[in-house]
Order: sequence, then C-alpha cells, then structure tokens
Amino acid sequence: MPGPGSRPPRGSKPQVQNPGKLLARLMAYVFRDYKIHCIIVFILICCSVLANVQGTLFTKNLIDDYITPFLLTDNPDFGPLARAIGRVACFYALGVVSSYMYNRIMVQVTQGTLKNLRDDLFSHMETLPIKYFDTHAHGDIMSVYTNDIDTLRQMISQSIPQVINAAFTVISVFISMLILSVPLTIVTLIMVGVMLFCTAKATGLSGKYFRDQQTNLGKVNGYIEEMMKGQKVVKVFCHEEESIKEFTELNDALCLSADRANTYSSFLGPINAQLGNVSYVICAIVGGILALNGIGGLTLGGLASFLTFNKSFSMPINQVSQQFNAIIMAMAGADRIFRLMDENPETDDGYVTLVHAKEVNGKLTESDTRTGRWAWKHTHQADGSVDYKELKGDVVFDGVDFGYTDEKIVLHDIKLYATPGQKIAFVGSTGAGKTTITNLINRFYDIQDGKIRYDGINVNKIKKADLRRSLGIVLQDTHLFTGTVKENIRFGKLDATDEEVVAAAKLANADGFIRRLPQGYDTMLTGDGANLSQGQRQLLAIARAAIADPPVLILDEATSSIDTRTERIVQEGMDHLMAGRTTFVIAHRLSTVKNSDCIMVLEQGRIIERGTHDQLIEEKGRYYQLYTGNAIAS
Amino acid sequence: MIRTIAKQVKEYRNASLVTPLFMLLEVIMETMIPFLMASIIDDGVNAGDINHIYKIGGLMLVCALIGLCGGMLGGRFGAKASAGLAKNLRAAMFEHIQTFSFANIDKFSSAGLVTRLTTDVTNIQNAYQMILKMLMRAPASIICALVMAFMINAKLASIYLVAALLLGVALVFLVTHATKYFQQVFPKYDDLNASIEENVSAIRVVKAYVREDHETKKLNRASENIYKLFVKAEHNVIINGPLMQFTVYCCIILISWIGAKMIVSDSLTTGELMSLLTYCMNILSSLMMLSMIFVMVSMSVASVQRVCEVLDETPDLTDPDRPIMEVPDGSIRFENVDFSYHKGSKEYVLTNINLDIHSGETIGIIGGTGSAKTSLVNLISRLYDVSDGSVKVGGNDVRKYDMEMLRNQVAVVLQNNVLFSGTIYDNLRWGNKDATDEECQEACRLACADDFIRAFPDGYNTYIEQGGTNVSGGQKQRLCIARALLKNPKILILDDSTSAVDTATDARIRRAFREDIPNTTKLIIAQRISSVQDADRIIVMEEGRINGFGTHEELLASNEIYREVYESQTSGGGDFDEKAGE
Repeated sequence: MPGPGSRPPRGSKPQVQNPGKLLARLMAYVFRDYKIHCIIVFILICCSVLANVQGTLFTKNLIDDYITPFLLTDNPDFGPLARAIGRVACFYALGVVSSYMYNRIMVQVTQGTLKNLRDDLFSHMETLPIKYFDTHAHGDIMSVYTNDIDTLRQMISQSIPQVINAAFTVISVFISMLILSVPLTIVTLIMVGVMLFCTAKATGLSGKYFRDQQTNLGKVNGYIEEMMKGQKVVKVFCHEEESIKEFTELNDALCLSADRANTYSSFLGPINAQLGNVSYVICAIVGGILALNGIGGLTLGGLASFLTFNKSFSMPINQVSQQFNAIIMAMAGADRIFRLMDENPETDDGYVTLVHAKEVNGKLTESDTRTGRWAWKHTHQADGSVDYKELKGDVVFDGVDFGYTDEKIVLHDIKLYATPGQKIAFVGSTGAGKTTITNLINRFYDIQDGKIRYDGINVNKIKKADLRRSLGIVLQDTHLFTGTVKENIRFGKLDATDEEVVAAAKLANADGFIRRLPQGYDTMLTGDGANLSQGQRQLLAIARAAIADPPVLILDEATSSIDTRTERIVQEGMDHLMAGRTTFVIAHRLSTVKNSDCIMVLEQGRIIERGTHDQLIEEKGRYYQLYTGNAIAS
Repeated sequence: MIRTIAKQVKEYRNASLVTPLFMLLEVIMETMIPFLMASIIDDGVNAGDINHIYKIGGLMLVCALIGLCGGMLGGRFGAKASAGLAKNLRAAMFEHIQTFSFANIDKFSSAGLVTRLTTDVTNIQNAYQMILKMLMRAPASIICALVMAFMINAKLASIYLVAALLLGVALVFLVTHATKYFQQVFPKYDDLNASIEENVSAIRVVKAYVREDHETKKLNRASENIYKLFVKAEHNVIINGPLMQFTVYCCIILISWIGAKMIVSDSLTTGELMSLLTYCMNILSSLMMLSMIFVMVSMSVASVQRVCEVLDETPDLTDPDRPIMEVPDGSIRFENVDFSYHKGSKEYVLTNINLDIHSGETIGIIGGTGSAKTSLVNLISRLYDVSDGSVKVGGNDVRKYDMEMLRNQVAVVLQNNVLFSGTIYDNLRWGNKDATDEECQEACRLACADDFIRAFPDGYNTYIEQGGTNVSGGQKQRLCIARALLKNPKILILDDSTSAVDTATDARIRRAFREDIPNTTKLIIAQRISSVQDADRIIVMEEGRINGFGTHEELLASNEIYREVYESQTSGGGDFDEKAGE
C-alpha cells in the first residue's frame, strides 16, 4: 500500500454533463442484448394504447350511433349494439393481453439488463489497475453496485415504458381529438402548455431543494458513519453531549431542506390534476356552446368523447412530468456506472507466456501436461521464432524510479538482484517504501524509469497473468473469501486435489487448527474470515500461497499484532514456505533478517545500505542503529 | 412498536392529523366534479341552457380551486410531518446511542447502527408520507365515488361494488404472494453485494493470484440466481396493471350495455352514464393506490422494526443515585472479579481476578491473544460491569462513581483507536475542551508527537481526514496517547497503543511518563517484552486468569510463560526493530 499522502484527493462528485447522451447510451446497452424483446415490447405497447383509444372512441359511438337513435325509435334493435360491444370487447382483450405481455417481457429486460450491468461492471472492475482502488474510496465503488443500479431498475422498468406509452397515447389521442374538433383541440393544447409551464416551475424549485437535501443527507450520513465507528472513543472521552449538539445542527438542516423539497414536489400533483379539471371545464363550456350552435359539426356524443380524450391527453403528460426527477436521478447513477465502465483497464502488452516445460534431447520444449517444470515462452515478434527459457526466479532491478504519480517519485534509483533461491529482506521505518518495491515486481504498478528483469526478461514483456502466476504473495492484512476453508486454500490452485490442500495446510502449520474447527476443512468462512483469529487467517494465507507453489515469493511479515506463541507458529509456516524459493520479505523479525542473503535498508525511497547482517553490523550505519535500538535515544 | 414511533411523531401531530383531512377535501372535490359534469351535459347541453353551463362550469372551477388548495396543503403538511418524523427518529436514535454501553454497541455493531440511522430512516420517511397522503385518500375516494355512483343509479353502481371487491381480494392475494418472494430476494441481494465488497477490498489478492476470471464466474452465478428470483417475484407484481385494466374494461362494457338499455327505457340519462364511467376510473385507480401502499408498508415494516430495536434498547450501565464525584487517588483493586460479556452466562472471560495496584505504579500487562487483557482493563473505567466481585478505584467501587467523572479520571487509549475529521487541535481537545494551545503541545511532547506534528506544513492545524487516513499508524497512536494525556487522569491505560511506534520512541514515551506524570497510575498492555520489562510490576495473563504478577526479575525466575515469551523475543525470534538482548 502506498504511504500516507500519496493518494490523490478524492474529488467531489461532478454534475451530470449530458443526460441525453447518457440516456442514449443506456438504451443502446439495453438494446444490445434485448433487441427483439424491445421491439416486441414496443409493438405491444402500441397495441395496448390503440386498444385503449378504441375503447374511448366507443363511448362516442355508443351515444351517437346507438343510444341517440334508440331514443328516436319506439322499438330499438339491440343487435348492432351487441355486435359493437363484442367488437370493442375484442379490442379490450387485445389491450389487456398485450399490456400483460409487455409488462412480463419488461421484467426480463429490466432484470436481465441489471444482471448484465452487474456482471459487466464486475468483470471490468476486476481488470482495473490497483491504482484505481487506491484512488477511489471503496464505499464509492460499492455504491455504484448498490444505489446506482437500484435507481436504474426503477427507471428501466417503469419510466421508460411509461414514457413510450405516454408518447403513443398523446399522439393517438391528439389525432383523435383533431378528428373530433379542431377548436377544442387548440383549447386543450393551450391548457397543456400552462400545465407544462407549471410543472417546469415546480420541478425547478423542488430540484433546487432536492439538491440541498442530497447535500445535507450526505453530510448527515457522513457524520453518522464517523461517529458510529468512533462510538467507543466518544464514550471513553465522555463526548456524548458535544456530538449530539453537532448532530442536531446537521439533522435540523436536513429536515428543513427535506421539508422544502418534498413540499414543492408534492405541489406538482394537485396543480396538474386541477389544471386538468379546469381544462375539462373550459372544453365543456366551449364545446357546449359549439354543440348547441352546431358549429364545426360537433355532436353531443362527439363532445362526450372529446371530454374523455381531454382527460387521457393531460394524464400521460402529467405522469411523464412526474417521472422527470426520477429520470434525472437515474441518469446521475448511469453516469457513475458508465464512468466505472469507461475506466481504462490494466494495460498488458506482454507476449512472453508461462508454459509447462519438459526436456527433450537436452532442449527445453513445451509440454501439454503438467510436468512440475515451467518455462517462459518467448515468441520473437520479428520472425515468429520461439525461445524457451526455464523459469528460475532470477529477479533484477536496474535503476528503478517509481511514483504513484509522475510528479512525486517515491522510489529512487533502486538497484538489486536476487538469484534463484535467495532471500532478500527489506527493512526500514514505516513509509520508507518497502511494500512499494514488492508491488513493482508483480506489476501492480508500472515504473517510471529503469528496468525490472525476471529470468533475464523485461517484466513489461511478460503477460501480466503469467507473471503473477509465477509469484506467490502473502500480504500483511489477510483477505479471505466467503466460502469453506478448503475453497480458500484452493484459491491458490483451482484444480488442487483434497490431498494437495491438506499438504499445503500442513506445510503452512495450518492443518492443526483447521482440524479443530467445527467442520474441519469444510467450515464456512464469512465476512473476511471474521470467525478466525488474526494468526489463523495468516496461516490460511500462507497455505494459499503454498499450494500455488511459486518459484518466487513476496512476504509481508506481520508486525506484533499477534501474540508471541501464535507468531512462532506463523513464522514456522513462513519458513517452510520460503525454503528453496527466491523470497522478497518485508521483515520485522530478527531471525528472518539475520538469515537473509541480502538485507536492503530503505529510507525515504532509497536503498541506503545493503549487505549481509554481519557486513551491515560492521558498517555501523543505519542498520546498526536499528538493530541495537539506539537510533534516536542515543 | 407503534408506540415507539408515535412518540417521535408527537411533535408533528398536528401536521400529521391535518394532512389526511386536506387530502379528504381534495377527494370530495374530485368526486364532485364528475357529478357536476353530468349536470353540464344533461341540463346544459341537452337542455340547450347555456347559462346553466356557465353556472355549473363556474361551480366546477370553484371545486377545482378548493381541491387544489386541499391537495397543496395536504402535500405541504405531509412533507413537514414526514421530514419531521425522520429528523426526530434520527435524533432520538443518535441521542439514545450516546447512552449505550460498550456491550450495547457490540450488540448492534457500528455498521448496523449506521444503516439504521440512514437507509431505514429514509424508508420510514417515504412510507410515512405515503401513508399520510394516501391511506385516507384512497378508501375515501372509493367510498365517495361509490356513494355518488349509487346516488345516480343503484343498479349500475352495484356492478362497481362487485368489481371493486373482487379486485381488492385479488390485489391482496398478489401483494402477499409477491412479498413472500421479495423477502427471499433481499437477503440474497445483500449476499451478492457482500461478495462484491469482498472483492473490492481484496483486489490485491485476486490480482496476485490471477483469479479475475474465477471471481467473475462466481459472481455471474450469484447474479444469475438473483435474476431468476427477481423475475419470479416481479411476475406477480406486474399482474396488477393488466388485472385492473381488465376489470375496468369489463365494467365499461357491462355499463354500456345495461346503461344503453336503461337510457332507452328512460331510467338513466346520457350525462349520468358519462359520470358513471368516470367514477369507474376513480374507484379502480384508488384500489391500485392501496395496493401500492401495501407493498410500501410491508417493505418499511422491517425498517421500523430495526429502528425500534435501537430505540427500545435499554442501556446496560446507569449512574448510581448519589454518585461520588471525586476519585481520591489512582489505586486499583480487583476483588474476586468474574466477568462475562453475556449477562447470566457462566462462560467467564475473566475468572477470579484479585489485584492490588498502588497509586502511581506502572503496571505492564502481557499475555497471548484472547487472554482477556483488554477485558481486564475495560472494567477499570467501567466500560463494562463485572459479573461478580468488585473493581475499586481510589478505594470505592467503580459503580458508585459518576460515570463521566470516572472516565475523565481513568483515561483509556483503546486498541482500535479513532481520530475524527478536524484539525489536530480539535482532536486533542477531545481530552479537555478548554485546553490551551500550550497544554496541547505539552501533551504531544510527552507522547513524542510534537516533532512530527511540527513537521507538517500546517503544524497543529493540520486537518485530519475521516478515520485519520492521512497520518501513519504510529503517528495516530501517538496522537491518541496525547489526547488521553490531556485529561490529566489519575489512571492512564494504554491498550497495545504503541505497537506501530518504533522501539526507541516507545522507550522515550515511557520515560516521559515516568518523569513527568509520576503520580498517575499507568497500565500498559503490550506484545513486546521491552515495552513492559521496566514497569514496576508486570501481570501475565493466560486464558482469563492471572498467571503471574511481579517484577521483571521475579517473573523471569518464576513464571514459565513470561520466560518463554522473553526468550523467544530476545533470542532471534523477536522483532527486528527491537533491541536484541541486554
């Protein structure tokens, strides 16, 4: 992990730049896998809207073509009416069936898209460089999966079909209205204009307060998180009253903005509903005058139908306008989702790969089966000829400079070499750059200058996956995965047999405690192995590295967070693992340092001393100071 | 449960009460309007009476205006009441949590408390606003519409009654069915997110072992499962819409047919038929609204339960009736102390502890993980209460002191310590809010923090990020020690608080303690033998019991565990950054 201060500051979340473009991109994403589904949904929505409009038109026919004539005859024939009702019933049936169908398909489209998004996001995330995880808070990354995808669910499953539905309704109703009466249509349009104006006003006002609310909510949540984590410290320092006071201030501000935001947004509904009613009244009055005077050929039935259309015209516009805030919020989420997807993955220009090797006639060649020997397969780009070089574990750093950013170099001119089987120890105070060096070997980070060679090959030429496969790593803070103990060990070698798992556990000194667990090797571990002690987790991490059986090891020795007896067991495990391998160890333990072939003393990103224990003691430099503990005291 | 919530609503009782009333007003107006519309068509258009159209139209506009006021005021007070409830819930929980003992906090975990204060409260807020506005409105709307429909024509209206009942039953069935599926989905969903989180934090391991594909496949399987479950659950929910459409259409057809016959036989007017059709829509959309409320309420019930758990939790520790307000000296006495984290459990973490520590002594505590060192010292500042026996500070049982005063006199530097966002001064003044700059700097000098603080560009005004991420582990520990020193305590407890500090600095801090605060009793828990070996006496803990108690030399001679630890740390098995032997 980089030292303090090396991470660039987290920026505030920027506003959504181009919601239209995002929406288009999102739709394209939905379309990618559900093209046919989408087309069918589209057609079905049209059907359902048409059926609905037919139904409304029927009211006109009912009055004009049947009821009014019936009133004029003494002995009306209900036969044609029955047929007409039968016809409209068919339309209705079509409407119901198609709306059921499109809803059902939409569930698949929505959930499927969310699943794809999750899968894509995750697999893309796995390709991102470590730097990304250093510079982005884990909470922020997680909220993309939890909050942002959730807001999209609402938008894809409800907002989009509703918008399509509304658009169709509006168009078909508009045409129908035009057919019935042009002047009344104009009146309706004016009223809709007023409605839209009011909506825009109210949305604008509430939008401002919604943003306030989000800011205040963020502040309150941040405060809560900090205080809950530090609650025990609050208790110890009797700081309860102060924190209540601070919290109350933030909480009151949130309450005020939430109150305002919700008030304005709840005005929208009644305003539009009543404007709809006003529009209705005006149409009734104007239509009544027109019908009474017989202007424009408007009939009584026509007016009745028109009044119904008037309602069906303003309703979808209302609905869509109320979805507006939801869509904007979803777009903010989509923005974060796509931003994560657009992050550049780790680049990998390597072409040297790791293959099983066997010796034929004294020459190393590739083998299809596991032989226990490995070779680097070097395909020359110029002529396509292939070279094999045995994997040995020879590592050379040549004048390496490195910084997490180009501006701030944290490692300067690092030179070191390790021949196969050697043990190299790094010592130095916190922040000297020990961990950083080990992170360069497996190319978690790329260097600014100099060269790192592995078995004589520049590591930049080796495929990252193969490079990392040849390196074992045991980190200081152990991470385990949800799953059984066996699965966790097998993480190091996926096709390992049960016997291999046990053998690795034995090598790591972990077998003993595993057998004492309730279900032995099949015990479930959850929450990063929360049910194990720190020492036990480290033993599992060692077993995991052991089963991978890599020629080169990177070890980060634990500091004194575990007690001496457990530590001895852990150290024995580590010693077993180190035997016969090239090992880079960030050392805290005296015996490890003493037994190393070479000790590198680091200070502020430079190797200031190097040599064996005896040589360095002789030099009476920084190492000597560290060793005798007289560094500052004397 | 309801009473707990009702208590938080109290402040906003009026707003909560008037909201449904205003909504009712809106509903009544909404029902009036179709009735008036019928009149426009029948008595105005059909009778050719343009004045009647004006009159009724005017009346309709008035109704619309009243409805508008009702709706807006309802929205206004609904927002006020629900935002207020959320505020009160948060405040009540936060304040209540401040009274929690360590045991209470352990029970909920800090992450659990955060979700309750954030997500759960938001859920409740939304549900409450919905309930206030809709729970009254929807049934009222149905009843009003039915009444009006019956007034127009009882025979036709009974069709609605039947349809509404049938649809109501169907909706209840669907909602309960869907809730069942959703209850299955959500835990799975949490699991999925947990495994993503696991990957985010363990990304180095995944990459080091080149297991990106393996993990992706694992996730794909999990998300496929979620997909299937969600689809199943939602297939139930989506029947709602088409079912309602179906019912509406049936009603329209029936009413058209029967209505047409009735008009012909002169028992119904055309206008009345139109109104009936409008009421049809009103009734059914209100039913839909009700079904939505059911879903929301059933989803928020879980949140209400979780919030109530916090609010109903009784704090473990309370102040005595007449507390002692002064700790006479820094002596500590454990008399036959047994302690268990679970009340009533006989599985003691500490068993039969007897100790007598004099004021001003320096005591080292050493022992393996799980040997209950931390549990031992937590009893001194009464972070937990003993199960049996008693702990005395300054000659009095800790349970007789005022807790705040006791904790100010017994300063603990916790193992998992936390700095808060704010400047270094802000953080230091947690120890004593009236401390002057000089006092703060003096404390930092004792804790060997002064040097590195001065090296920061902003010195003591350096801003500490949340969780103290911009200082190193050793710096954080030293700041935490300085913060505790500012309390000017009679007893100072360091719980493995110098583990990330190098040996030399560690020694300097201990020397400063010895020279500058000789009268303070000091308890130092450590893993390194060098951190404790110059203490006046050393306690060796083993599986919740005191295994040995004496000076370095005594223990070395008589205590097996101590000797073993000492030898392993000095003969090549110890820390590198530690002085090797004598």
